[in-house]
Amino acid sequence: MLKQIEGSAAVAEAVALCRPEVICAYPISPQTHIVETLGRMVTAEKLTPCEFINVESEFSAMSVAIGASAAGARAYTATASQGLLFMAEAVYNAAGLGLPIVMTVANRAIGAPINIWNDHTDALSQRDCGWIQLFAEDNQEALDLHIQAFRLAEELSLPVMVCMDGFILTHAYERVDMPTQEQVDAYLPPYDPRQVLDPANPISIGAMVGPEAFMEVRYLAHAKQRQALELMPSWTADFKRIFGRESGGLTHTYRIEDADTVVVALGSVLGTIKDTVDEMREQGARIGVLGITCFRPWPTGAVRAALAAAKRVVVLEKSLAVGLGGIVSNNVAASYAGSPELVHTVIAGLGGRAITRRSLHKVFIEAIEGRLEPVTFLDLDHSMVERVLTRERELRHSGPIAENILRELGVVAAKVG
Amino acid sequence: MSYQPIRFYQTGTFTVGNRLLPDEQRSVQANMRRTNSLNSGHRACQGCGEALGARYAIDAAMEATQRQLVAANATGCLEVFSTPYPETSWQIPWIHSLFGNAAAVAAGIAAAMRVKGRHEVRVVAQGGDGGTADIGFGCLSGMFERNDDVLYICYDNEGYMNTGVQRSSTTPPAARTNTTMPLGHSPGNRFGQGKYLPAIAMAHEIPYVATATVAELHDLEAKVRRAMGIHGARYIHILVPCPLGWGHDPALTIKIARLAKETGLFPVLEAEGGKLTNVSKIKRKLPVEEYLRPQQRYAHLFKDPERRDVIDRIQQMADRNILRYRLLDDVERRA
Repeated sequence: MLKQIEGSAAVAEAVALCRPEVICAYPISPQTHIVETLGRMVTAEKLTPCEFINVESEFSAMSVAIGASAAGARAYTATASQGLLFMAEAVYNAAGLGLPIVMTVANRAIGAPINIWNDHTDALSQRDCGWIQLFAEDNQEALDLHIQAFRLAEELSLPVMVCMDGFILTHAYERVDMPTQEQVDAYLPPYDPRQVLDPANPISIGAMVGPEAFMEVRYLAHAKQRQALELMPSWTADFKRIFGRESGGLTHTYRIEDADTVVVALGSVLGTIKDTVDEMREQGARIGVLGITCFRPWPTGAVRAALAAAKRVVVLEKSLAVGLGGIVSNNVAASYAGSPELVHTVIAGLGGRAITRRSLHKVFIEAIEGRLEPVTFLDLDHSMVERVLTRERELRHSGPIAENILRELGVVAAKVG
Repeated sequence: MSYQPIRFYQTGTFTVGNRLLPDEQRSVQANMRRTNSLNSGHRACQGCGEALGARYAIDAAMEATQRQLVAANATGCLEVFSTPYPETSWQIPWIHSLFGNAAAVAAGIAAAMRVKGRHEVRVVAQGGDGGTADIGFGCLSGMFERNDDVLYICYDNEGYMNTGVQRSSTTPPAARTNTTMPLGHSPGNRFGQGKYLPAIAMAHEIPYVATATVAELHDLEAKVRRAMGIHGARYIHILVPCPLGWGHDPALTIKIARLAKETGLFPVLEAEGGKLTNVSKIKRKLPVEEYLRPQQRYAHLFKDPERRDVIDRIQQMADRNILRYRLLDDVERRA
């Protein structure tokens, strides 16, 4: 059924259609509307049977989900940013225990300086935690990925993180096609756990493992994720058969058939990139787009195939490996048959900085003309950074970094490039 | 068996001889059909108070729930010595997740059982004092505040023994640990710090709070049984001497636990809804020195020069407990 609703509400409805049995919630912007909506559904008994637990921290949220999942319940939670870091120990633990928890991450920057706006630093900080990580391009995909996530998680007995851009998607009202309960039930069978805490068959879960077996346990986690790469296309096909649309999967390509230049990105910025590419195509540029939907496991084969004919690659990412450059671009470079120098990193949109078509157009042209630096910070105010650096050189007690920059900037509501 | 009004005590102890009791008063451990929930063969040290406490507590909980029990365990000695896989001592469904989240994991298990309609299955969370009073305190307080249907058992050995004897927030004043060495003017752990978790649990006004020691195992079993008869958040704090960390003869574990109670240093009590409902009276008040002397962690107090000032301050703590919790019968208190 077509609906014009907020992204968070769409995700909440999709999660509810998946019949979660335990939902743990600790509020953090921009995740709040998702758990608020689910909480209302549980209270109104529209989602039943389901336990909605208001926990006292994200660490507890993931821990309650671990207990619930190990006891055989379908468990769900949502978080973002600082919350994801605060639960990090339990995030790794859920993966290590092989518990198929599904979690939404409403992507948001990480402080200091505190910042509630969107980038991908939070989710990418957890890229090696053992969770499957899926990134939604728009609200329809965010909704669909949640339904796929439960199936994926439970078939593999691995937790799945569905990442959607905070505010840009979570708070945007878009038209979505909401599936029926019958469709979701046909796609997602009841949870049949591989391991369960049950007095009828007592087992110990979470024993200490020494050097004699730890490598094998870790390898199995890796092997399972690589296995997911092979299985996901058939599950996506299943999804298409039941829901009548293509959604999710490993990657999406756009106009790459004869492209010399391929732009790689994750999440909602793909829309702006595609618009820019359309404009540039009209002007004769041979440019295309590769969207990464599944970031973990990394779809090596799909990326390699999509970039096979590319003469240069521009990775536009909302994350930063401080002291190195790009996170996504390093993954891309490892899957690109050409020279690593031909993979350019463009760091963009950190802390919610708007990514405009004008700025994208400019860097893409620079890439095509061979003028793009290996690592570029889109719309960075270089003169301001220089002023702050000068001040730090001159003054030992130069004061707090962020506050100095804000003072340099003066009073503005928002800086749009 | 006929009613037996006369009580027999084992010589030199205050413990009623189990075999002299009528059947219904005998301990769960005395029953041939006990569950051995924490089975033999684990790797605990000789004289481990925690292993003893856990065995009695969990077997009693198993009996009280007709064996419908699931346990969540914090990281710590109990977890490490019980599950060097492929060996596990646990005969019950058991999960270890992290150091600081046992209360939350247990809350999740309880929620899962509730949503699945398995109301007969009950949940216990357990951890040491570090996992309870320190790193797991947030999760514990949250579990109390939500009144989740979990019995949390803290085995308090007053320090981080698994990592090699470091101070926790339940380490008592003057005690030596590897992070509170007996050096300088005020040797051992500082006075005026630390937390008394049973009172914090009571402040949450949860349905049931109790303390116990491994010296009075009938009492411990009875409290676990009482706790399992109640729904909502429950807390039992068990003092478990640690021969390794406290530096006492492993043969003295039970005696030292008894001395902690009989000196007044460890009040044994019960509370319901935040209100104190029962205290175990001290049978014969003993000076704290009798408790301190057999423990190497207090050895620095008895060296030359003897730190009588410090011993007196510890005695004051015991006296304050005796007054606050009315641990002596009125007659004795006046005397």
